[in-house]
Amino acid sequence: MTLTIPALRARSARRRRRRPLGLVLAAAFLLAVTLTGLLAPVLAPRSPDATSLLDSLAPPGTAGHLLGTDSTGRDVLSRLMYGARLSLIAPLGVVLLSGTAGTVLGLLAARAGGWVDAVLSRGMDIVFSFPSLLLAMLVVAVSGPGLLAPICALAVGYTPFVGRVVRSAAMQEGARPYMESYRVMGFGEPWVAVRHLLPNILPMLVAQSALAFGYALTDLAALSYLGLGVRPPAADWGSMISQAQSAILQGAPWSGLIPGLAVLLTVVSVNVLGEHLGGSIGRKREGA
Amino acid sequence: MLAKTTEAATHRDALGITGLSLAIGTGADTVPLLAGVTVRVGRGETVGLVGESGSGKSLTARSALGMLPRGARTTGTVTAGGVDVLGAGRRELRDLRRTRVSMIFQDPRASINPVRRVGDYLTEGLRARGVSAHAAGEKALDLLGQVGIRDPLGALRRFPHEFSGGMLQRVMIAGALSTEPELLLADEPTTALDVTTQAEVVGLLKDMQRAHGTGMLFVTHDLDLAAAICDRVYVMYAGRIVEEAAGSALFGAPAHPYTRALLEASPSVHGDRAVIKAIRGRPLALAESPPGCSFRDRCPLADDACAGAVPAHRRHGASTAACLRPEQVTP
Repeated sequence: MTLTIPALRARSARRRRRRPLGLVLAAAFLLAVTLTGLLAPVLAPRSPDATSLLDSLAPPGTAGHLLGTDSTGRDVLSRLMYGARLSLIAPLGVVLLSGTAGTVLGLLAARAGGWVDAVLSRGMDIVFSFPSLLLAMLVVAVSGPGLLAPICALAVGYTPFVGRVVRSAAMQEGARPYMESYRVMGFGEPWVAVRHLLPNILPMLVAQSALAFGYALTDLAALSYLGLGVRPPAADWGSMISQAQSAILQGAPWSGLIPGLAVLLTVVSVNVLGEHLGGSIGRKREGA
Repeated sequence: MLAKTTEAATHRDALGITGLSLAIGTGADTVPLLAGVTVRVGRGETVGLVGESGSGKSLTARSALGMLPRGARTTGTVTAGGVDVLGAGRRELRDLRRTRVSMIFQDPRASINPVRRVGDYLTEGLRARGVSAHAAGEKALDLLGQVGIRDPLGALRRFPHEFSGGMLQRVMIAGALSTEPELLLADEPTTALDVTTQAEVVGLLKDMQRAHGTGMLFVTHDLDLAAAICDRVYVMYAGRIVEEAAGSALFGAPAHPYTRALLEASPSVHGDRAVIKAIRGRPLALAESPPGCSFRDRCPLADDACAGAVPAHRRHGASTAACLRPEQVTP
């Protein structure tokens, strides 16, 4: 016993030095949000759609309604848990789509050069200069509400966000001598680009994707707030804020503030985590 | 093994560059980079290519792999491992690079992908040729042992940054030999290493080359090194070969004024203290060199006759030199 205690203390001290507190908190928060989203049917105290006008606008802490209720008496905690599903999956879809498209286009532009680069780069500039939220609203206006259309529209809008960074990183990396040494070994351009160049720009890609995730989450929340995202009664955090507007006027701000806080904390956590992931892959690569 | 190599040598050389001229740009912007370069490397032979920076030695070595600058126009022929490089298609070139010609670069740390393990680096070329993962791993292990890496098994799992420069250059040599090439292009393989490591790496290169019967084109600006390890040495100046000499003869009897000037300009730790004679002027690129002999502006022996035409190579002693009066260089 006397032996194990100093050993434990030394180990925990080392761990604390290696991982900053903010990072631990961010990771823990994201894990918690993901788990509650996944396990919402098990964890949620009530059905997210069950209305009860008698219990409407109960303040947080009310028995049976830990975070209170909204203006139609729906349990805020349950809606928050179910809302986490759509609020996380939708931006993840945006990041996966735009990350893939941006990586392919960025690599292609950087390695092909010439007119291919000119066309792709100017094309990305044009898309980049167009507000992606506006693009998503246009698409929704055409296709009607629902999440799939805004996800695709935002993915298009975010492609240059990833693509331009990938392109410049790939150009920088492509000028390094090892690229030529693999070509000298008789490997073709696509092979070298995917197997050797891509792993080297991964830190940038991860950091940029994390940023994109945060932006996509807020954009999608804004769309839902405008009534263009999820179809009621399904909940995501944006639509919860939207529906809480009248409640705020009635002096019950919690049903809007709580999902707003969830959006804020999730975006901050993702950014902190993304920055660290990008940095740690980068450090490994530099050989520290 | 040895008999087979000697027999093959009579069939064809590992590398034959004949009358290679290379220029980039078009019309008025044409910049010539190489003119009439002829280099031959036999099987199992070590051939040096020396010259100052910008003389075109790396470009010449790269031409053996078809690695030419974008938009380069060429005349002459380059035959490496029996393949006509300048006329080869993309597929043939890839095949040539994978199987018959390897290259070792100046800075091993910059020339190996830093995020992949050494084992990946060594087996990737073999795997691409269809060798099984297991066989490729065995081969890599064997090669690492041959180039003198301690704990080869552990080395396979390590990353490039865990090796010293000298050790990493050994890894690169192992990688270059993994495909049993006919020709090894060594582009200043020791320049980035410190002096004691240099000697080890050069010794290793020679040993490996002998053991594998590979022809080697050794590009360097270190005259002493070239003379010490090469069977023959080509001296380049401003995109042209100005002298071809036996490695051993280079020091005793330089046949071109440029070679002699280079030798006189290198410091020596042997013999009496001597003044280092710098070559006046600066090294010129082919594009800006004067008509006639490119070296004539800087040559102490030059006169009006040197301005006429580019001097043809002529035999002088054990060497050939592109000079009108080699007998004045080494009386």
